[in-house]
Amino acid sequence: MTMQDTATSTWTGKTVPRKEDDRLLKAQGEFGDDTPIAHLGHVVFVRSPYAHARILDIDVSAAESLPGYLGCLLPDEVDVLTDGFMELQPAPADAEVDKCLAAGGKVRFVGEPVVAVAGTSRQAARDVAATVVVDYEPLPHVVDARRAVEPEAPQVHDEIGSNVAWDGVYDWGDIDAALKSADHVIEVDELHFHRFSSTPLECSVVTVSYDAGIDTFNLIGGCAMPQITTLMMAAAMRHPAEKIRIVSKDFGGSFGVKIGMYVPATAVALLSRKLGRPMRWTETRTEHHWMGGHGNERWFHNVKMAVTSEGRVLGLSYDALDDVGAYTRYEPLGAVIWTQVANACYQLQHLKVHYRSIYTNKGPVHPNRGYSRLQHMWLVERMMDIAAHRLGFDPVQFRLQNYVQPEQYPYETVNGCVYDSGNLPLSLEKALDLIEYDDARRLQRESAGTGKRIGIGIGSTLDSGTNNFGQARLINQFLPFSGNTEGGLVRMGVDGSVYTVTGGVAFGQGHETTVAQVVADMLGLTPDEIITHRGSDSALSAQTGFSGSYASQFAVTGIGAILNATRKLVREIQLVAASILGATPEEIVLEGGHALVLGDPERALPFAAVAGIVHFSPADLPAEVADEVGLVGRAVYRAPFEIPDLERKRGNLTLTYASQIHACVLEIDEETGEVKILRYGMVDDCGTPINPMIIQGQVHGATVHGISAALFEHFAYDDDGQLLAANFYDYHAATALDLPSLRYDSVVSPSPFTPIGAKGMGEGGGAPLHAIAAAIQDAVGGDGGVVLESFNPPERILGLLNGGTESTVRVLR
Amino acid sequence: MTQPQDEMLPISVTVDGRLETGQVSSRTLLVHWLRDDLDKRGPKIGCDTGNCGACTIRWDGLLVKSCMVLAAQADDTRVETAASLAHDDGSLNDLQACFKEHHGLQCGYCTSGMLMTATDLLESGEEITEHSVRRGLKGNICRCTGYENIVRAVRAAAGHDVEKPHGAAEEVAS
Repeated sequence: MTMQDTATSTWTGKTVPRKEDDRLLKAQGEFGDDTPIAHLGHVVFVRSPYAHARILDIDVSAAESLPGYLGCLLPDEVDVLTDGFMELQPAPADAEVDKCLAAGGKVRFVGEPVVAVAGTSRQAARDVAATVVVDYEPLPHVVDARRAVEPEAPQVHDEIGSNVAWDGVYDWGDIDAALKSADHVIEVDELHFHRFSSTPLECSVVTVSYDAGIDTFNLIGGCAMPQITTLMMAAAMRHPAEKIRIVSKDFGGSFGVKIGMYVPATAVALLSRKLGRPMRWTETRTEHHWMGGHGNERWFHNVKMAVTSEGRVLGLSYDALDDVGAYTRYEPLGAVIWTQVANACYQLQHLKVHYRSIYTNKGPVHPNRGYSRLQHMWLVERMMDIAAHRLGFDPVQFRLQNYVQPEQYPYETVNGCVYDSGNLPLSLEKALDLIEYDDARRLQRESAGTGKRIGIGIGSTLDSGTNNFGQARLINQFLPFSGNTEGGLVRMGVDGSVYTVTGGVAFGQGHETTVAQVVADMLGLTPDEIITHRGSDSALSAQTGFSGSYASQFAVTGIGAILNATRKLVREIQLVAASILGATPEEIVLEGGHALVLGDPERALPFAAVAGIVHFSPADLPAEVADEVGLVGRAVYRAPFEIPDLERKRGNLTLTYASQIHACVLEIDEETGEVKILRYGMVDDCGTPINPMIIQGQVHGATVHGISAALFEHFAYDDDGQLLAANFYDYHAATALDLPSLRYDSVVSPSPFTPIGAKGMGEGGGAPLHAIAAAIQDAVGGDGGVVLESFNPPERILGLLNGGTESTVRVLR
Repeated sequence: MTQPQDEMLPISVTVDGRLETGQVSSRTLLVHWLRDDLDKRGPKIGCDTGNCGACTIRWDGLLVKSCMVLAAQADDTRVETAASLAHDDGSLNDLQACFKEHHGLQCGYCTSGMLMTATDLLESGEEITEHSVRRGLKGNICRCTGYENIVRAVRAAAGHDVEKPHGAAEEVAS
C-alpha cells in the first residue's frame, strides 16, 4: 500500500461509520420525489399495451375538459423538437431511431411511452392519461432472440433490414487448433443466461424546471452518469449542454440501470418548456419493470471447451446472441464490455466468440450490476463445472489448477487486458473454510436417500473496474471515446471549513464517508470535519464526461480525483501559511485544523486564519501568493490507458480486477424442487480497502442480488410479448426470510496501478449465479440433467432431477 | 368517459405527535397525503402494490403499509413515521444507532420502513432470534444491503451480541 498522498492514514482504511446515515435514519434525506417544488406539474406516460404495433391515431380531446389538465406531448411534436438519441453502433443498425416517445409511428415493446400528459396533481395526471385513446394496429412481434435472427422474423426496426444490432467475431489464440489437439473436448449446444435486473427500490424520478429567462433546463433526480445524460439530451434537443443542469440528491439505487434516464427526462424537459412550469415524473414500479432497464439476456450456442488430460483448460469458443430488447441505449457496448474479463479467472490461451446483439420486442436492456461480464463469467464458470463433472476432475482442484496464479500478476489475458493483482487460490481456500467444506461433504453423504439432496458449489468471478472507454471503438471505430477520467473539487470556505464534491454520484456506496476519510488524512482533520456534498451537481465543476457511479470505478477514479484536488488545496494552504509564518511551503504540515511549521509547532496558523486572510485580507499576502491562491482545488484523475488495437481487438480495457470467490451449500427437496441455501460464504479481494465495512456491505448486497436472480427473479415474457413480472408480486425480489446468514472474509491484494492500491468493487460479478448453478449441479449429480440455465426455479430443478439434457451436452473426447 | 368528481373530505390526524388537518380526496392514499401535503419523508413509495414496505408506518399503534390505507380512513387517528424515532435532542435512538453501527443501510430508501417494522417487532414481545427477525422483516424489501446487516442491527438493538462490521471488530480487539 502506498499512502504517499496522505499526510497520515489515521482514517483511510478504517471502518468509520457513515456520514450519510444520520439524515437517512431520521427520515431527513431528500430523494427524487421528496424535493418540494412550487407550482409543480406531474407527468404520466401513456404506454403501449402491445409488443409491436403501428400507431394509427392518438386522441387526447377527452383530456382537455378534465380538471387539472395542463397539456400533453405527442410523438409528432417530439419528431419536430428532437433528433434521435445518439446511437453507438455502426451501420446498418445506426439507422435505429430512438426518441423519448415512440418513434416512426410504431411501438416496439409493452410499456413503451407513446404520449406524455401533464396534470396539476398526481391524480389529475393519471385521470388525464386514462382518457387518452390510442388506436393501434398490432404487428407480428418477436420476443426470442433465437427467432429474431431467422430470415422471416418480424423487424423491430424496419429501417435496419434485420434484427442484428451488432455482429462481430473475437478470435484470440488458436481455438480451432486447440480443439483439434486437446485430449478432451466438451460440447454444449445451448446455455441461457436469463433476463433480470437489480430493480432499485426507488424507481426513477425526474423533475425538470425550465427557466425561460436563461433558457436553461434544471433537472433534479438521481442521475448515475450526469455528463453522458447531459450529452444525450443536449444533442437530441439541440440545446447547449451548459444550459442543462443536473442535480442529484439522495438516490435510492441505480446499480447501472438508471443510466437510461435521459430518455424519459427528455420528455419531461420538453413538457416543462412547453407548459411553462416545473414538471415531475415519478416512475411507478410497473413502469420501472417495463422500461427501467433489464440486464442483458444471453444465449450461448455451440459452446466448445478444450481440456488436457491433466485437467488444464486450454480455451473455449461459443456463439452468443445477446437479447438487447427493442432499443440499443447503452448497447451495443455489452458486445465489448464482456471482453474485459475474457479469461474469467482462468489461464485460458484461446478464446473465440461470435457475438451478436439482437433486437427483440422486449424492454431495452441497460447496464445492470456486473454488466455484460457476469454473463460471460457465468458461461465460463458453468463450463468449468460441467467439464469437471464430466471428465471426473475434482471441482475444487480443477479450479485451483486453472486459476491465474498469484505469482503471475500482472497477468495478461488472451486479449491484452492486464489483471492487476489477486490471490485466487487463497480466496478459494478461505471461501471453503467459510462453508466448512469437509463438514458440508459429510452432510452431503448423510443426506443420501433422505429425499433431500445437498450440493456444494463454487462461484469464481471478477469485478473489472475503471473502464478504458477506448474499448467502445472495438464495436464502432468511429466513436470518439478513449481512456477515462473523473473530477473532484475541494475548497476552503471563508471560516476555514472544508467542502468536497466529486463527479461520482453515490446511490448507497457511502462516497461521502470514503471521500471524507481520505481528505481528512490529507488535511489533518477528522472525517466529521469534512463537509461532503450530498449527491452531485453538474454546475459545481467537479465532473468530467465520464463522471458517475458505474463500472466499479469510484475507489480509483473518484478517490483519485479527490486526492489530486486536495493536493492542490494543501499546496495553497502551505503557500499562505509559509508566507505568514516565515517558512517555506515545504516546511508546512497540516495537523488538527492548523497549518504549522514542521518541528516548530508554536508557529501555527489555524485554518480559519488561513481562510480569513485569503478571502478577506489578501493584502496581507505577497502578491504572487494572493494571485495564485483561491482555496479551491479542482482536479481530474486520469486512468492510464491507451487506445486499443482495433485490428486485433486487443488492449487493456479496465484498470483493476477485484475478485470474489463464493461457495455455497444448498439443499434440494426432491419432491418440490425447492432450494434452501444452508451456508453461504463470500471472499472478496478489492485491493487496499478505504472502509472495510462499506466493502463488506457491497459484497452482501451483490451477493443477495445474485442469489435472488438465480432462484427468484426473472423478467419473462409470454408469447404475446407481455412482461410477466411487472410488479413485486410476480417479480420476487428476495426478502430477509428467503436468505441464509452470509459469511464474509477478505483477501487484500493491493493494485499496483491505482493511487492508493484500492480497486473498484461493488458490482460483484454475479458470483452467486455461478455458485448456485454449480451447487445445484452437484446436488443433482451424475444421473440427472445438466444445469444449462442461470435461472433455476423449483420446476426447473425437478426437470434436472429427471435428467433430460444429455443429448445437448457431449464429451467428444 | 365521465369526468371524475372527487369528494373532498376534511381530516385531522396526529402525525408524529402533531395535529395536522387537511382536505383530501376520497381516493387519496395516506402515503400520498403524508408525503405530498405534509412533506413527511419517512414513508417512501417503492412498489404501489403493498409488497415493498418502504411506506410502513404505525397507525394507532398498528403496523401498516401507508399505501394500503386511504387518507380519509386516517381521520381522527394517530400516525407515527420514522421521523418520530430519534430522541428529542435529535440524537439517534438505540435502534437507529444500531443500524448505523452495523451498516444496516446503504441508499437509505427502505430504511424508514425497516425501522418502523423493526420497532414494532422489538416492542411486540416476540422472542428475538435471527429467524424471527428475518420473518418479521419479510414484508420490507431492501435492494442494497442483502439484509444481513439489517438483521444484525435489529438483533443488536435487542441486546444480542452480533458480529461487528468487517474492520470494526479489530478496532475493539486492539
